[in-house]
Amino acid sequence: MLKIKDLHAKIDGKEILRGINLEVKAGEIHAIMGPNGSGKSTLAAVLTGNEAFEVNEGAVEFNGQDLLDMAPEDRAREGLFLSFQYPVEIPGVSMTNFMRTALNEQKKHKGEDPLSASDFLKLMRDRKKLVDIDSDLTNRSVNEGFSGGEKKKNEIFQMAMLDPKLAILDETDSGLDIDALRIVANGVNKLKRSDNATILITHYQRLLDYIEPDYVHVLYKGRIVKSAGKELARELEEKGYDWIKKEFEE
Amino acid sequence: MATEQDKLLEEVTNREYQYGFHTDIEMDMLPKGLDEEVIKEISRRKKEPEFMLEFRLEAYRNWLKMESPDWAHLKIPPIDFQDMIYYAAPKKKPQLESMDEVDPELRATFDKLGIPLDEQKVLAGVAVDAIIDSVSVKTTFRETLAEKGIIFCSISEAIQEYPDLVKKHLGSVVPPGDNFFAALNSAVFSDGSFVFIPKGVRCPMELSSYFRINAMNTGQFERTLIVAEDDSYVSYLEGCTAPMRDENQLHAAVVEIVALDRAEVKYSTVQNWYPGDKNGKGGIFNFVTKRGICKGDYSKISWTQVETGSAITWKYPSCVLMGDHTVGEFYSVALTNNYQQADTGTKMIHLGKNTRSLIVSKGISAGFSQNSYRGLVKVSKRAENARNFSQCDSLLLGDKCGAHTFPYLEINNNSAKVEHEATTSKIGEDQIFYCNQRGIDTENAVGLIVNGYVKEVINQLPMEFAVEAQKLLQISLEGSVG
Repeated sequence: MLKIKDLHAKIDGKEILRGINLEVKAGEIHAIMGPNGSGKSTLAAVLTGNEAFEVNEGAVEFNGQDLLDMAPEDRAREGLFLSFQYPVEIPGVSMTNFMRTALNEQKKHKGEDPLSASDFLKLMRDRKKLVDIDSDLTNRSVNEGFSGGEKKKNEIFQMAMLDPKLAILDETDSGLDIDALRIVANGVNKLKRSDNATILITHYQRLLDYIEPDYVHVLYKGRIVKSAGKELARELEEKGYDWIKKEFEE
Repeated sequence: MATEQDKLLEEVTNREYQYGFHTDIEMDMLPKGLDEEVIKEISRRKKEPEFMLEFRLEAYRNWLKMESPDWAHLKIPPIDFQDMIYYAAPKKKPQLESMDEVDPELRATFDKLGIPLDEQKVLAGVAVDAIIDSVSVKTTFRETLAEKGIIFCSISEAIQEYPDLVKKHLGSVVPPGDNFFAALNSAVFSDGSFVFIPKGVRCPMELSSYFRINAMNTGQFERTLIVAEDDSYVSYLEGCTAPMRDENQLHAAVVEIVALDRAEVKYSTVQNWYPGDKNGKGGIFNFVTKRGICKGDYSKISWTQVETGSAITWKYPSCVLMGDHTVGEFYSVALTNNYQQADTGTKMIHLGKNTRSLIVSKGISAGFSQNSYRGLVKVSKRAENARNFSQCDSLLLGDKCGAHTFPYLEINNNSAKVEHEATTSKIGEDQIFYCNQRGIDTENAVGLIVNGYVKEVINQLPMEFAVEAQKLLQISLEGSVG
């Protein structure tokens, strides 16, 4: 589904990603861990097309297409979703209107008819139930006045609505209490199918108690320095990142 | 990113003004220029009673002594008032018995504008007074309204048929010598709408005037008078468009509203005059005086305006809160793009006890435009417990435009509570990227964000027009982020 080859990217002339290689197949969950400043969020930003970053080397293939050649909105319409670390507030724009616009853009891209108002509302109700979100959230403006936890839950709700092929969750677990964490994790688990995939970016192992990854990668100084099964996460939790740092400083 | 957005901006702003067509209709016109003879001729052609001619001449003599105001944050090129036609009317305009008698060219014009004059086709629940250049062509639903005692007709007809009502109220809110443009309007106005809602009547449908400038070298001076008697209610809407022309055309209208005890008047405007081309050539000068008086206790006047057109806008819909417990409201969205200039706001004059006013102003500036909010809140000595809340927000798109706020306060009573909040913001790249990531392209993202920003105001518009206004904002702005 996703093939990243020797990806280098920089911001303000400073190289943050220094040769990432990663392959994600349908049906898989990958966790990307690493200490602060290792480039985890940069990877998410580059994949989704944030223009603050400049790709200076490498290639990314997404379902057979050249991802880096696509506009951010086209990447989204092709099924790439990012759960933002810091979701953005858009005052006065209702969640309903926002989601309807987004969903219909996706439909248009696929050459399908837009959803009727009643079908759309039905889908909203259905997805809200699936990811266990209060209806109150969707009656408000996009993220406006939401608590940290509400914003993250709202990201998962949007993911459920847009039904992406590949979802990247950028530190979705940070700042969540245990109940919110459970809701987020349940949502991700329920949405998992054999034809979609997830990349979890996280600093802590905690989220992985609820979502079981197939692979765990450690990102350090812009490179993936270690890949293994889920047991790697537990090892990191016990030993911290220092041993990795030591291993690769030398 | 910036260059791509510039490209987008260019593409969108090169888009032509949708209503810029011109209709060939035989016109009956006076020659260019203005003097007492012209005014007498206008009055004669309109077969006006003597008091109207006197009203006009008094206004004209006032006007001669006045000068064009220069205090606004506007650059207004000099206007040659002798190089303008003050009266233009479609020739085939006899008294109309049915729709079949309307000039087919005219009907086609209004059809093109999406304003069908045929009552069966008219938007459900909206009565329309269609005014082209200086003359009202057709008022729909008159009979239905007359059953309730509501008068909705052109002001010319009102002058003929209800001279006492007109004489009593015309100029009572905006006197003939009020200001330069109001004086000019009082001298030469040719048509407009008249609304009278009798005691205790709730007008069952939206009343609407549609203004269209068509002829070249003409000024449009319409006059609207709304009188709401005790315990009555009316919601009124005006819309306007004009052809694209290289020269500037003057539009100097006056609107007066009188609300008696417990009456409520809602006045909404969607102003879409031709704004000029992307280099600032042509466009309408929209110099308008709108004022309402809450004469009776517990009455309420609410102004809502969505201003997207005109090369220059100079306009301050105001409320004189004379009765006790009266309420004045002003909701405004003013959007300027390219080289448009707007200086708009309101005046809330608190005279009665326990009067309240609310001001919500949302400015949006793009391109090289200048957008100013100017508002006065005045509390007189005897206005005990006056309350005002003002919210003035500015949104900037790009870095070559300007947004300005000029709030004035004159408080002469210690019991007054006046609050003012102002914000200035830019559309954030993070907001746009968030939308992009959900599959919404930048143009639509800007439209979505702007419509969210103005929602409080748009919500005040009658349903059908709220949708129109949203589309209009999107069209006027799409892609103008830099």
